[in-house]
Amino acid sequence: MTTEYSASQGGEPQAPEAAAVEWTTIIRPRHPWFHLELGELWRYRDLVLMFVRRDFVAQYKQTILGPLWFFLQPLFTTIIFTVVFGHIARISTDGVPGFLFYLAGTVCWGYFATCLTETSNTFITNAQIFGKVYFPRLVIPLAIVISNIFKFLIQFCLFLGFLVYYYLKGAPLVVSPWALALPLLLLQMALLGIACGTLVSAMTTKYRDLTLVVGFGVQLWMFATPVVYPLSQIPAHYRHYFAVNPMAPVIESFRAIFLGTRSITPEYLVLGWVITLSLLGLGLVLFNRVEKRFMDTI
Amino acid sequence: MTTVLRVENLWKQYRLGVIGHGYLFRDLQSWWARVRGEDDPNRKINFSSDDTPVAQDRIWALQDLSLEVKPGEVLGIIGRNGAGKSTLLKIISRVTAPTRGEIKIKGRVASLLEVGTGFHPELTGRENIFLNGAILGMTIREIQGKFDSIVDFAGVEKFVDTPVKRYSSGMHVRLAFSVAAHLEAEILVVDEVLAVGDAGFQKKCLAKMGEVTGAGRTVLFVSHNMGAISSLCSRAILLERGRLARTGGANAVVAAYLAATSDTGPGENGFASLENHPGRFKSWLSGKIRFEHCFLTDEFGHRTGYLTVGRPGNITLGFKVRNSVAPANLVFVAVVENSRGDRITYLSSELAGARFDDLPAEGEVTCTIPRVPLVPGRYSLTLACREGPEWLDSVYQAMSFEVVGAEFYSTGQLPPADGGGDFLLDSQWSGPSERRLESRS
Repeated sequence: MTTEYSASQGGEPQAPEAAAVEWTTIIRPRHPWFHLELGELWRYRDLVLMFVRRDFVAQYKQTILGPLWFFLQPLFTTIIFTVVFGHIARISTDGVPGFLFYLAGTVCWGYFATCLTETSNTFITNAQIFGKVYFPRLVIPLAIVISNIFKFLIQFCLFLGFLVYYYLKGAPLVVSPWALALPLLLLQMALLGIACGTLVSAMTTKYRDLTLVVGFGVQLWMFATPVVYPLSQIPAHYRHYFAVNPMAPVIESFRAIFLGTRSITPEYLVLGWVITLSLLGLGLVLFNRVEKRFMDTI
Repeated sequence: MTTVLRVENLWKQYRLGVIGHGYLFRDLQSWWARVRGEDDPNRKINFSSDDTPVAQDRIWALQDLSLEVKPGEVLGIIGRNGAGKSTLLKIISRVTAPTRGEIKIKGRVASLLEVGTGFHPELTGRENIFLNGAILGMTIREIQGKFDSIVDFAGVEKFVDTPVKRYSSGMHVRLAFSVAAHLEAEILVVDEVLAVGDAGFQKKCLAKMGEVTGAGRTVLFVSHNMGAISSLCSRAILLERGRLARTGGANAVVAAYLAATSDTGPGENGFASLENHPGRFKSWLSGKIRFEHCFLTDEFGHRTGYLTVGRPGNITLGFKVRNSVAPANLVFVAVVENSRGDRITYLSSELAGARFDDLPAEGEVTCTIPRVPLVPGRYSLTLACREGPEWLDSVYQAMSFEVVGAEFYSTGQLPPADGGGDFLLDSQWSGPSERRLESRS
């Protein structure tokens, strides 16, 4: 239960009588860059759980629509997409029924976008609690990502429902055994959401106007990601650019698994993971940097 | 000798105002201007040309603070607003980081949250106990083990499954304190929480805190309530502009603080000698009796430099008889003025129905106020004495004294410092009921 709050304690000169004392916590101005205190995060795992529960209960209690809202949001988005991009713009959907194609994209993107947006507001939304009590600040992004998994699963069931419906109607759909790898896709989206969210939240403590950019940026990012169009429609020499966007392989794999489209190669997947993890590392380091002093600037 | 908490040369600097918040757009603008070799459009125009940042926009909230706390000690931290009390607690509870220096802690630190911080209004008491406990660092299993005890201590058994948005503020505090008090932390940080909550609960809290200390736990206690500090703390520190001004026994430090905050202090332990007092109007006084001294005592008869809101207080006047006076006609008067010089009340032995039968050559009379009804602040006392219509002695503004905040109404709350008047009156509110008075048309 020792909270090693700072670097090595033994190596430094101390008064002889103090050396005998076992300090459990030492508070210092500065900490090493990569001191992430993951052990302490583990110690606070129950808090993550409680926050998840709070989000869920509070959301459920507050509105009459409550859980229904989870269905309505992707449903309406998908209907709009089907009309605008399917019927008006007539963008190809790789031979998959348009509604399913857009629903798959919307559900995945929705999860990632919510994680990113909510995480990026970590410091601002929780300023009151952060100002009063200490706990590893990473608890908040973790709780956000986990409580949104429930929302994702509800929406995923909606997707499965329509999948079955279209299958029974005779649409040529093949669900691959890779469906078992869904948790992996979910994990990548969660990590990417945390990565980008922590990056933004760390920067918003310095640059307040960034919060305004986030909503807008997420929107633009969605159009740079194959949500409303398939990657196969992109000319081959442009596809490399899409490889840099880690969300592209995620959504393409999701569709490949459940709708049987083919446009993704293993290199893209690996590259996607490499970029996700690098962003995560960067995000965590910056977040860790900021959390100690954030309260002074609010 | 053991220590649970050691603060070593702690410094904390804050930047003032909105300087901390940058705008990306402006930074980019400045950068673009620099790239093109133009003047920075966002640079502050200074009367001097040098670009060194002005030091005035930073303040040192804590300066070179060193401190040791022993296990089981209840340490009071006092000082004016902005003296650095809360900053110190924030650094100890790791809400913010120090600028220089370090703090070494043995064990867990629990900070007592402000009313309902971390409580979610939609959640029930039960859910909030778990949430709050987890925020404070308890595991779910720990909370389960103490759940009944927490609910019992807070006295909210009937409302555990009611959303806390329907709790009164008193219930909020009780629940918050109860959760924190059950945390197995070696160090408990309490910041002004006891200012709210009713008297009964305050007593329970104090007892609980006593229990906490008995179990070897340490309490750091910040309060503006000097009564609470002196009755609760064994030792106290006084902070002045971020520096450690004084440390020692709680009573001594409280006295020093009160003496420092008053301009015309009542002297040592609220005692004023009146022998050569400048406020004595000699011209029209017969001088048969002369006031020698006056002092304040608290409910236990201890001399004090201040009175506590809602608690008993005594004003004692010491006098010497020079020429014979008929005791039955003797009237003592004490007039209280506020810091603006308004006369706010007139206390008189005659009005209160006191008659004196016997008069020693050197004696004292005591005026007891069962529940001090004055709002916290500084007051002065003007004394007078007459025999029938004849004025014997009078001392204008014989002494000044402080009234310190505590509980008066059962809510523990006091009127706002600005515009809250001078007096507290016992009062009850009833209704709402149907309007009975017809407005005249």
